[in-house]
Amino acid sequence: MIEIKNLHKQFGQTEVLKGIDLKIEEGNTVCIIGPSGSGKTTLLRCLNLLETPTKGTIKLGKFSLDFQDKKPVPKDKVIKFRQQTGMVFQGYNLFPHMTALENVMEGLIYVRKQDKEASRTKALQLLEKVGLSERANHYPSQISGGQQQRVGIARAMAMEPEVLLFDEPTSALDPELVGEVLKVMKELAKEGMTMVVVTHEMNFAREAADKVVFIDKGVIVEEGTPQQIFEHTGHERTLQFLNKLCS
Amino acid sequence: MFADERMDRIVDIIVNSFFPMLKAGVAFTVPLTLVSFFLGLLLALLTALARISGIKLLDVIARFYVWVVRGTPLLVQLFIIFYGLPSIGITISPLPSAIIGFTLSVGAYNSEIIRAAILSISKGQWEAAYSIGMSYPQALKRIILPQATRVSVPPLANSFISLVKDTSLAATITVTEMFRVAQQITATTYEPLVLYCLAGFIYLIFSTVLSNAQGQMEKRLDRYVTG
Repeated sequence: MIEIKNLHKQFGQTEVLKGIDLKIEEGNTVCIIGPSGSGKTTLLRCLNLLETPTKGTIKLGKFSLDFQDKKPVPKDKVIKFRQQTGMVFQGYNLFPHMTALENVMEGLIYVRKQDKEASRTKALQLLEKVGLSERANHYPSQISGGQQQRVGIARAMAMEPEVLLFDEPTSALDPELVGEVLKVMKELAKEGMTMVVVTHEMNFAREAADKVVFIDKGVIVEEGTPQQIFEHTGHERTLQFLNKLCS
Repeated sequence: MFADERMDRIVDIIVNSFFPMLKAGVAFTVPLTLVSFFLGLLLALLTALARISGIKLLDVIARFYVWVVRGTPLLVQLFIIFYGLPSIGITISPLPSAIIGFTLSVGAYNSEIIRAAILSISKGQWEAAYSIGMSYPQALKRIILPQATRVSVPPLANSFISLVKDTSLAATITVTEMFRVAQQITATTYEPLVLYCLAGFIYLIFSTVLSNAQGQMEKRLDRYVTG
């Protein structure tokens, strides 16, 4: 469903992604792991064009985009492409001037152009799914980080994306709040949502991922099932990384 | 005896001038302020957007406009519009001249406030808006500007109150706003101290009412921050 070919991304003189090839099947949960600065977040942001790749192709659902240096992609194409994705951010990025419910409804009303009542019904269903019906009318500043992140997931789900992208969704959370967010993500994975998750939560990757991708210095070092990566890796760099996490 | 007579005369003048001056304030000062501020804010928003658009030509035009208007006295601008332009065949009546002058001034000063407010909203808000499929104008209108508004209310209110007082400059291009009426009455009664103090007092009333309105507005816009 997603096919990335020879993807490069350069910031100024620094090449952050040095030719990524990756296939993601529909309904799979793919965890991207790797040391900080390895390019995993950049790869994720390339998938919804928050970063424009320097070179390469990305095929996602109905669209395929070919990137060439200095040739901008037309804006309407970017928007159409991006609308197939949903994103959950490390810092939640909820709209602070809107209640939890309004955050989820916003895209339905103003992007999908659905009527208000239908949007509200759908948004309430999604908030219930992430266990936050009772917080529907709270502003982001009035709820905990874990609750905010669950609203963030509901907001992304509302647009019915082909794929959900998670950018270190639990890294900014207090340890005791991580579980509630991971639980929602595991449920989504079980329901067959296609998800790409950049994470440091190795337990989550072990339990929920269909595929784990280890990235270092802008290249994919290794990819495979959680078992292959976590237990039978033959790569020195993967081993070093995993050992560092355990120590 | 003489002092009493003088007092009576002054009280008479105050009583007889207060309402004509207040009337001029309500009929000219207030509308002049509101119209100029509203149009000026639109101009300020456009200027701010031009500055952050990343389009070189728009940025240069916007910078030039702000540079000229901020770098020259408002009084000089009003004189150019009202007394200067007729010599090249452009004659504008006093009130529209004043509105044009004040609008240009409000637009230039407040464009910087609005630009700073927009830039103060975190990049993550833009990204979140884009991530749910919004276009640039949608993100701006629905997500960024509502938050930027909250940030910019205190400095904008400051400039609004300045404008209330600046409208007295319109007297110099013959707009019969409040200060001009004070001048006219002074010319016949010769009590400048009394009348100009009275004018100041009425400006003070207007400013106070507006400051309170600003406080109310801030409280309303802050509702999502405290909690």
